[in-house]
Amino acid sequence: MTAKRKPKVIALSSGGGHWVQLLRLRPAFVDSDVTFVTVRPGYKADVGEGARFRVIPDANRSSKVRLAITAFRVFWLLLTERPDVVISTGAAPGYFAMRFGRMLGIRTIWVDSIANAEELSLSGQRAGKHASLWLTQWPHLAGESGPYYKGNVL
Amino acid sequence: MIFVTVGTDQPFDRLIRIVDEWSKQNQRTDVFAQIGKTATPPTHIAYSEFLEPREFTERFSSADLIIAHAGMGTILSALRFGKPILIFPRIAALGEQRNEHQMATARRLSSMGKVNVAFDDATLREMLQQLDTLKPKEAIGASASEELTNSIKKFIAQC
Repeated sequence: MTAKRKPKVIALSSGGGHWVQLLRLRPAFVDSDVTFVTVRPGYKADVGEGARFRVIPDANRSSKVRLAITAFRVFWLLLTERPDVVISTGAAPGYFAMRFGRMLGIRTIWVDSIANAEELSLSGQRAGKHASLWLTQWPHLAGESGPYYKGNVL
Repeated sequence: MIFVTVGTDQPFDRLIRIVDEWSKQNQRTDVFAQIGKTATPPTHIAYSEFLEPREFTERFSSADLIIAHAGMGTILSALRFGKPILIFPRIAALGEQRNEHQMATARRLSSMGKVNVAFDDATLREMLQQLDTLKPKEAIGASASEELTNSIKKFIAQC
């Protein structure tokens, strides 16, 4: 990259608590060119005018077809946007972002949800292993080779 | 106004039933619930299956008290806006979610003094009788801990 270009960041999550946690990370993006990506058009109000915002379809384990559609949309998004970094707080769309990000040589950050307080979720473990930076929000869940504890969204 | 919410993923009939019964017995007309898609809607309280984010925010910010499943979106919003909140975690063993993470999260956050929790039906009924005593917990700031946002910012800057 050239010296003056801001890093291009995609901040992506599904809805509900994952989205609220992602929004709380905003001060981390002040020096970046960030695009928020989530699953409900109504969330645009949360990022305000001027911020870049895109919507992808959500999915969970209960529908393989929808999972495949979400996976494709995340892949396409990363392929066309070519961000320097993709960061996610979960869930399924974030998992795909970690997998495809790694494939495409994009640096990835997985911030495991604070809702996983006693053990990492299965998808969190899988996603985290693909991430360049793997974080948990609970000190007792940190491990020597990740996830690392660097504070929480509170 | 009391705002009850179960989130968007699945209904939570046990919570809604207990609040509905309490509200009926005490002739409360100031309860509104977001209940999800359920075959057994409440008979007394006002409700909606889902709320658009804008209406959710309106209901949330005008409420005096929040009663909710242990969803992090709701908990974080209550802490952010200094609302008293009563948490009733879903139990996976009762088919209310896939794993017991709501119980785990509620236990941890409760021991950190962040939320009021009713872990079972009887406690919820008791706490409903003394809602006036519920105080908001210490409010949190507009964003995550500086340690977390700085770590991420540093990582992004390395590219």
